[in-house]
Amino acid sequence: MAPRARASGGMTSRLDPIRWLGLPALLCALASLLLAMPIRVLGLQLPEPVFAMAPAFAWAVIRPSILPPFVLLALGAFLDILWGAPVGLWPLVLLTLYAPVLAARPFLIGQDFAVLWGWYVAACALAFGTGYAIVAARYGVAPNLVGLGWQFLATAALFPLSWRLIERYEDADVRFR
Amino acid sequence: MSLREGPFGDIKAPLRWTALAAVAIAMVLAAALFGNAKRMGEGAITRAREAVDQAAEPVGYVLSAPIRWVEAGDSAVGDYLFAASQNARLKAELRQMSAWRDKAIALEEQNARYRALMGVKTDPPIPMVFARTVLDSRGPFSNTRLADVGSDRGVIEGNPVLSERGLVGRVLGVSRTASRILLLTDPESRTPVLMPRTNARAILTGDGGPSPRLDFLRSHDPVRAGDMVLTSGDGGVFPRGLPVGVIYQGVGGDWRVALYADSSAIDYVRILLFRDFSQLIAPGDLGPKTLPSAMTEEPSESIIGPPPATPTVKPAPPAAPKTAPAALKAKPGSAPASPASASAEASAEGAPR
Repeated sequence: MAPRARASGGMTSRLDPIRWLGLPALLCALASLLLAMPIRVLGLQLPEPVFAMAPAFAWAVIRPSILPPFVLLALGAFLDILWGAPVGLWPLVLLTLYAPVLAARPFLIGQDFAVLWGWYVAACALAFGTGYAIVAARYGVAPNLVGLGWQFLATAALFPLSWRLIERYEDADVRFR
Repeated sequence: MSLREGPFGDIKAPLRWTALAAVAIAMVLAAALFGNAKRMGEGAITRAREAVDQAAEPVGYVLSAPIRWVEAGDSAVGDYLFAASQNARLKAELRQMSAWRDKAIALEEQNARYRALMGVKTDPPIPMVFARTVLDSRGPFSNTRLADVGSDRGVIEGNPVLSERGLVGRVLGVSRTASRILLLTDPESRTPVLMPRTNARAILTGDGGPSPRLDFLRSHDPVRAGDMVLTSGDGGVFPRGLPVGVIYQGVGGDWRVALYADSSAIDYVRILLFRDFSQLIAPGDLGPKTLPSAMTEEPSESIIGPPPATPTVKPAPPAAPKTAPAALKAKPGSAPASPASASAEASAEGAPR
């Protein structure tokens, strides 16, 4: 499997769980930690994108697997603790993104950059909508739409990271091409 | 023996459906976590959260160090370049402040006299600790900060947190060296406030945006744009009178509060070591240490016994007056009424109220 992956242009890699799941998850955790600094630039706070949504989309496109849902569960729980949210909120949001993309995977594989970006934006919108509904139901307060919009836009802009992950691993296992 | 060679080797589960089943299991686990999640209190999740907060605090401190240096350098350069204009502005401010100082001294003296005349008890000063915030969550679903002091400095859950300008929030969780602060803008935050102009009360409700809204406003036209908002102290979580912000009308017509604390970076905060109102007074001063005797409608009978401060009073004779109705007789186990308590009750009823 590995030689075949290398023969396809050197852009792909073998599907080692540490590399296609563990490393992106770790990078997401570090990036989230870095952007959690209380910094203001020209009086404005830094954006707070949900980095974990980029690999969540990519993992569903690359191949179906049992591991990614549980990695997303752990990554979401880490985000909850880092951001002080009730534990379970972000795992639910991330899995809400992952599940429909996995179900729609036959339509997504092999699509080009712009089409996949559109799907990614739609999946992010669904996930943020779920988070909005969960928080509104729990606290009886509709979260601020402006803040939600900014976070959504910042997250939607992360698709190139997801694309890079897809390009790197989508041909790694020919059974799922 | 590998699985392929065993009796289950011929079983072929479609991986896509297996993966979807894994998603379902993970979602059930996440929902169970969320259903039992508490942002305060005891439990394994709280302990995990405290452990992560304690570990993240030094990481955040180190990561934010270069930014603090850049900000300090930028501030120093700005001070140097704009020294002349800043000097002129500060002189003008000082002239204004001098007038305010004289007025404040006069008002303070006048206030002290009024308090003495009226016998008003003022709240004692509340001890506080200073902290630096090292991590920040700004999303629409949670607004919290991590401060670099914890239970080793006396911080407990519920302590109010202020910046240099006004109220920031309250402590949500504490580990030994770090505290999680729930900001006023968090969707879970509810803060009882008052508007001193009309003495109207409301609940300040966060929604993840920069300006929380005022809920449960009562009476006709209780607020107007520009009114100041203070903590009301209702409920005992916050002391009364902490500055919160200024009211303005939002786009949807609802009343919102521009927070004082939002007008500057919340890098340094003060955590008030305020427990509740019991720390403002001496314990036990709230009421008598012994219950007064409670009388039935028949003055000569009591539901409970007399206070133990009068042990010398002789008990009433065991035979109850024959004129008392059976329903008003003392319950089994209760002491009979004493003449002293009966006379005290009678005099209390006759006294002006």
